[in-house]
Amino acid sequence: MNGLLSLLILLPTAGALAILFLPREKTGPIKALATAVAGLTFFASLPLWFARGFRESAGFLFREDLSWIPSLGVRYSLGVDGIAALLILLTTLLSVISIYASYTAVKTREKEYYIFLLLLETGMIGVFCALDFFLFYVFWEVMLVPMYFLIGVWGGPRKLYAAIKFFLYTLFGSVIMLVGIIALYFFNTTGFLWWKGLGNAPTFDILHFHAIAPQIPADLQLWLFWAFFLGFAIKVPMFPFHTWLPDAHVEAPTAGSVILAGVLLKMGTYGFLRFSLPIFPSAASTRWVQLTVVVLAIVGILYGSLVAMVQKDIKKLVAYSSVAHLGFVMLGFFALNNAGMQGGVLQSINHGLSTGGLFLLVGIIYERRHTRQIADFGGLSQVMPIYATLFMIIALASLGLPLLNGFVGEFTILVGAFLADWKWALFAGVGVILGAAYLLWLYQRVFFGELKHEENKGLQDVNLREVLTLAPLIVCCVWIGVYPKPFFAMTAPASAKIVAALDAAKGAPPALSAALSAAPAAPVPSATAVLPAAAALPEAAPRGN
Amino acid sequence: MSAETLLPWIPVFPLLGFLVNGLLYLVAHSKLGGKDAPLGAHGHGGGHGDSHAAHAADPDDHGHGGHGDIPFKAVHTWIGPVASGLSFVFALLAILSWWKETGGHREVVATLWTWIPMGTNAGWFGAPDFTVDVAFRLDPLSALMLGFVTFIGTLIHVYSVGYMGHDEGYGRFFSYLNLFMFSMLTLVLGANLAILFVGWEGVGLCSYLLIGYYYTKDFAADAGKKAFIMNRVGDWGFLMGLFACVAMFGTVDFGKMFAAAAATPATYAAGGLVTFACLALFVGATGKSAQIPLYVWLPDAMAGPTPVSALIHAATMVTAGVYMVVRCNVLFRISHEWALKTLGEGASVWGLLTHDASFVVAVVGGVTAFVAATIGLAQTDIKKVLAYSTVSQLGYMFLGCGVLAFGAGMFHVFTHAFFKACLFLGSGSVIHALSGEQEMTAMGGLRSKIPHTYRTMLIATLAISGVPLLSGFFSKDLILGETFLQGHPWLWALAALTAGLTAFYMFRLIKMTFFGEYRGPKETWEHVHESPATMTVVLWILAVGAVVVGYVGIPNFIVPGGNRFEAFLHPAFPALPPDWTPHPHQASHALEYGLMLGSVAIAGLGILLATTFFYKGSAPWALPAKVVAAFPNAYRWVRNKYFVDEAYEAVFVNGLVKKGGRLLWEIDARVVDGVVNGTRHLTVGLSHVSNWFDRTFVDGAVNGVGDSFQAAWKGYGKLQSGQTQNYAFGMAAGVFALVCIYIIFA
Repeated sequence: MNGLLSLLILLPTAGALAILFLPREKTGPIKALATAVAGLTFFASLPLWFARGFRESAGFLFREDLSWIPSLGVRYSLGVDGIAALLILLTTLLSVISIYASYTAVKTREKEYYIFLLLLETGMIGVFCALDFFLFYVFWEVMLVPMYFLIGVWGGPRKLYAAIKFFLYTLFGSVIMLVGIIALYFFNTTGFLWWKGLGNAPTFDILHFHAIAPQIPADLQLWLFWAFFLGFAIKVPMFPFHTWLPDAHVEAPTAGSVILAGVLLKMGTYGFLRFSLPIFPSAASTRWVQLTVVVLAIVGILYGSLVAMVQKDIKKLVAYSSVAHLGFVMLGFFALNNAGMQGGVLQSINHGLSTGGLFLLVGIIYERRHTRQIADFGGLSQVMPIYATLFMIIALASLGLPLLNGFVGEFTILVGAFLADWKWALFAGVGVILGAAYLLWLYQRVFFGELKHEENKGLQDVNLREVLTLAPLIVCCVWIGVYPKPFFAMTAPASAKIVAALDAAKGAPPALSAALSAAPAAPVPSATAVLPAAAALPEAAPRGN
Repeated sequence: MSAETLLPWIPVFPLLGFLVNGLLYLVAHSKLGGKDAPLGAHGHGGGHGDSHAAHAADPDDHGHGGHGDIPFKAVHTWIGPVASGLSFVFALLAILSWWKETGGHREVVATLWTWIPMGTNAGWFGAPDFTVDVAFRLDPLSALMLGFVTFIGTLIHVYSVGYMGHDEGYGRFFSYLNLFMFSMLTLVLGANLAILFVGWEGVGLCSYLLIGYYYTKDFAADAGKKAFIMNRVGDWGFLMGLFACVAMFGTVDFGKMFAAAAATPATYAAGGLVTFACLALFVGATGKSAQIPLYVWLPDAMAGPTPVSALIHAATMVTAGVYMVVRCNVLFRISHEWALKTLGEGASVWGLLTHDASFVVAVVGGVTAFVAATIGLAQTDIKKVLAYSTVSQLGYMFLGCGVLAFGAGMFHVFTHAFFKACLFLGSGSVIHALSGEQEMTAMGGLRSKIPHTYRTMLIATLAISGVPLLSGFFSKDLILGETFLQGHPWLWALAALTAGLTAFYMFRLIKMTFFGEYRGPKETWEHVHESPATMTVVLWILAVGAVVVGYVGIPNFIVPGGNRFEAFLHPAFPALPPDWTPHPHQASHALEYGLMLGSVAIAGLGILLATTFFYKGSAPWALPAKVVAAFPNAYRWVRNKYFVDEAYEAVFVNGLVKKGGRLLWEIDARVVDGVVNGTRHLTVGLSHVSNWFDRTFVDGAVNGVGDSFQAAWKGYGKLQSGQTQNYAFGMAAGVFALVCIYIIFA
């Protein structure tokens, strides 16, 4: 079905344009139109789920390729693999949910609000579709603008600080990434600094860079890896680049938080999958690079969990839990094996569902009480039993209870980490304990005990619309928890391809790494190094991964 | 129908029961359903772990058949127990057809679907495709668990109909109980470690929900959270063990794992790999089965309703750790043999503790049994005594497993399920009769008022004390005998002493509860009544069980082939290569009889002491008070459970987690974010400098240029007179000049 991706990208923008022509007082039609457009986009994205090609090969499907700026070799090139397709599905789902969830939460400048949400959706889908670096970068930056306004206009008391911090911090990372892109571009053609170019025709084609990855010298790979790393690590966010996240989350309106946690953070992890790992495989599999990222990931898990524990604001607690969850994702990626990679991809989706759900739930209670301080609640189970039940389900999904989605992701990631180095799993596993601790403690303080506060006694339980916003998320949580196979099947070929590239890089150093041939390749972690006590293993033990 | 087709249905019924009960409850209690405060007044202000608070709060609650406006009560009453009962029926059918198909020698595995495919990964010994299937397994071990879990589970559902009859959360209670049954059955039936873990976490969740059932009470909510988090600490260990199995065997399927391990034990034992896996798994078991160091949650768990204490925290869930260790017996046996091979004869205790996972299990079990029994001596809350007794008995089970007498450990799991469930339900009946009173100091003389409860509890007490010919005698004696014969005389001495303590504290409980004068408030005494038939019938069934179930395991030295229990379980203990199999120990019958008589004597001594200790004449407390006065410090430590809770709270909860979290939070705000904000301030500062520079120099230069231009063109400005003629003249002059230039250069 050619043109599907363009359709997905353009539909929300077309909707935004249509809303532009509606009078601003007609909030009813504006909401209806926005929801309809987002819903239409979601349905239009469903063919991605049913495309069998993703389950069969790692290739890019739904390709579109048009010349855009010929002199620079820039093309309007779109295409998705299983990973991107799944992320687009998550995007379209969360978009329609967050629009539908905003009906009563946003009461000022509704017209602009929905326009920005729709423009944001265009940007997000574009990022996941783009197969041209230039196009990718355009979408990557375009997406910042509506988010900036969503936080800055409809946010909480410190919205301006948070919005600017979000914008500048991410922009800082992106600019360094842009330098990396330009360096790659020149290396491909005429050369970059002292690195001799490959003499190819100028292009920004991402797949082309995947193909020339083995030809990129190891030292250049290292530099570029860190340039891209900064851009993506800020977006993920990894410790210690995470401090924009709690501010942005706390100040953003509910829909903003949902999108931010559900999709925007995934752009960082997606960046690692699409660029950092496949284009710089030898850098990524260098032992000290791998260790650095893994240590940051594990620190993020433990640190995020511990800091989440002591938060007084529910939303901030959820925000810090995101840091921990994304730490798991990164740990999975940098285990550099199939289990870790697949687990990481699935956990990206899981985090979007369960943390998105938590933000929706926080939004529901905030609308009723205009506070998010944990101390202002207590005993809510008595007045809002359905809300309490929904909260419990999502919290359990988030803390990784088996038969809900979080477990499948964390389990697979930890298997990958354990196979790479058992100590990683040992430390990261502590995050599983802490995850239960902060969420259950939160739950206890909000829902259990006596109803202490007079204001809480008359609280209304969730209404049908609110249940409808949460229901799809819960269905997906249970689905992935009980039968994740279709999800794994969709991402398996794509992630196996990345792992294969990494394995190849580990096995044979790049041919053109003459410039850095003196630098020894880090020792390959072998199976015998996994357990110190296992040193006596027979020689037959295969080299790790 | 074949066992394979029946198997998956067993957990389905409770799952459906959970969904229906839960949804009905929500419908009834949401605002949409028109009820306001669904779980309002559990008003009892008492500080102690009063699980039956609802009853205590409201004397009216006791008029049987009183206010019956619990919505959908009849539906819940039917769906809850029937769902569990259907599981029992299907379990029996499955076991029967399994027996017919295999004679009990082979397992039957029903694979439902692929759960987690992890792609191709390099394990430590090969590179298989890692997948985890949703699969159920029926073999002697799971058949045994399946049988008694569904049987006792169903009984306790029935008991709950009476016990929870007046509770407004009736439907919620049954939905949780059904969910528990589903999880426990998943745990028992799981054909691989991962599915076992699904059930493992599931029962943990239900335990959390049911301990915190009276959630408006802070102590209940706290206890639930504590249970879940301590279990998660154990689960962390379990997961590490599971991952080690993945890395070693490339699968977590029991059949494949153990076949591989039994085929080439040396490969997997090398370097202590198997020992690592076993110890990690055992960490999980200490959490779920409340062993040192993770036992402190179980006594607190008594905050839940009493049927929950009986079902989850005595009979079934807490034995899951033992079940898991027995399930992995191949690994523990390999670890043991490897330690012997590595260390040689005469290994030090420290050497064994670091090499032999089985020995660790035995020591932890033995020590836990003893420590918990000593704490049990000084508790006055009837349920707390039983809780510590449970911890202690679980210690026995692990002791049995640790000395490689897995059959004996399982046997104690089996008998314990009956007598301990009976004891807990009996205590529930007492509490029910006394409108929620749990302190034994406010009981006494109840023998005549609640005779059924008294008689059944006495039978169960005799059983747990190890009185000959009752079930507990057979199983406990088997463990003690094996401990001695496997060459652990010190552990045997500890366990025998514990047996005496057990008899003592159990008879202390009986004496304090049922004998002597009633010590509680008068008005409660008036209300004391025997429980309804749904409860007493269940008590009698369990009491009969506590008497008879031991006869499936008559020691072989008394009746050759009498231990049919072990013979039944035998296929669950696959053979290892000869050099990995311990030599069968030869013990004289005299020694075996001697050991048996010894443990009987110790139990008898305990009973004798307890019966003489309390209630002699008119001053029942004289003797205990004297002992307390003689050893005040020892009493204080025992009474306060050795202050372990306080220490954990101080070190882990407040210290590491909360203080650590706060510290990190400060660091996050000041340092990590400080750098970001610092960058911002620096940038803003630099901007100010640039601005000043810009205005003074850059703009100064620009303005300077501008000024000079202005000056220069001031004269030109005069040309702009506004008179058309002047402009026309200018134009004509310009055209003339251009034409001239063109002519000259062209």
